[in-house]
Amino acid sequence: MSKMQLITKGLVKDNPTFVLILGMCPTLATTTSAINGLSMGLATLFVLVLSNMAISLVAKVTPDKVHIPVYIVVIATFVTVLQLLMQAYTPGIYSALGVFIPLIVVNCIILGRAEAFACKHNVIDSALDGIGVGLGFVASLTVIGIVREILGSGSVFGWKFITGDGILAFIMAPGAFLVLGYLMVLFNKYLVKK
Amino acid sequence: MMEILLIIVSAIFVNNVVLAQFLGICPFLGVSKKTSTAAGMSAAVCFVITLATLVTYLLNKYLLLPTGIFKVDLTFLQTILFILVIAALVQMVEIVLKKSAPSLYQALGIYLPLITTNCAVLGVAINVVTKQFTFGGAPHMLGLGDAVIYAFATSLGYGLAMILFSGLREHLELNDVPKDFKGLPIALITVGILAMAFMGFSGIA
Repeated sequence: MSKMQLITKGLVKDNPTFVLILGMCPTLATTTSAINGLSMGLATLFVLVLSNMAISLVAKVTPDKVHIPVYIVVIATFVTVLQLLMQAYTPGIYSALGVFIPLIVVNCIILGRAEAFACKHNVIDSALDGIGVGLGFVASLTVIGIVREILGSGSVFGWKFITGDGILAFIMAPGAFLVLGYLMVLFNKYLVKK
Repeated sequence: MMEILLIIVSAIFVNNVVLAQFLGICPFLGVSKKTSTAAGMSAAVCFVITLATLVTYLLNKYLLLPTGIFKVDLTFLQTILFILVIAALVQMVEIVLKKSAPSLYQALGIYLPLITTNCAVLGVAINVVTKQFTFGGAPHMLGLGDAVIYAFATSLGYGLAMILFSGLREHLELNDVPKDFKGLPIALITVGILAMAFMGFSGIA
């Protein structure tokens, strides 16, 4: 697989949200607005790239029996770094995303890429793979966030185009499931090559 | 007594862990195709959430907080410590069950290893030590007893959502669904409607 393919495969062919169905909890919980979805995507991208690189480096010296605990500690370390950085520089977004920042540790995309890709490839390929899959996650979270924000509060990235409220249900829990379900239908119909 | 009742109702119905808080969605969608597997998974989750919350709450209080034995604020280690404790706990529960209750192990066996990555467990453990709750009073941190009751009630809510959804899903299998809606999309739309029904409970609190 060429370097370019590694970066672009996450967008449609191996899209983590719509094709692989991974990392559903943050996808549903944090996409109440476009900016929250985008921030959650970028936070996951950050951890994914760094943990992929670190794991591809330590994979050869890790005994097979303890490889999962080792990977989890590596991932948890980068999540803690991210938590401290966000607390310092973007406290507003950090409190908006709440418990879902520490929960990046148990996001199956990250452990999944570590097991399926990073432990068998070199550092550069693993980093590119992390960027590719991470960008796919960012893209789908942003799209879901935009749709929910338009329907739920009548605005895009905070820019309001109607007066008054939108359909509040789309900001709350039911809207998350409905929007993801219908977007998945559109994705299957128009983007997945049969 | 009143507060305990409020905690239980709020955790099961009003703030249902799956349908309102979006925790533990992956196993919720993954193992809900049959009611029997859904019930097995819920039982395993119930066991682990309650135990994990008890252990992480005590560790947080006596090791990480500045009032603990080290007299230093170590709360930045929360994420790492909690996930390790949960992973170790799941492993231990598995070993103990295998030795002492083989029939229960047979029933829960395949679900136990999956629970480490169930974000409901880590989510509840983190929530009870960092978030302020309002159960019919001013916002306050939960005490140990309340925290464990909250965790147990949350896992009951998880079981309720899981079993309801698996029943709906068994019926969906028999219906003629348009091609592009088959599988997960129609399941998600069903959960959306179920979540809408659960929104009705918010009047109680």
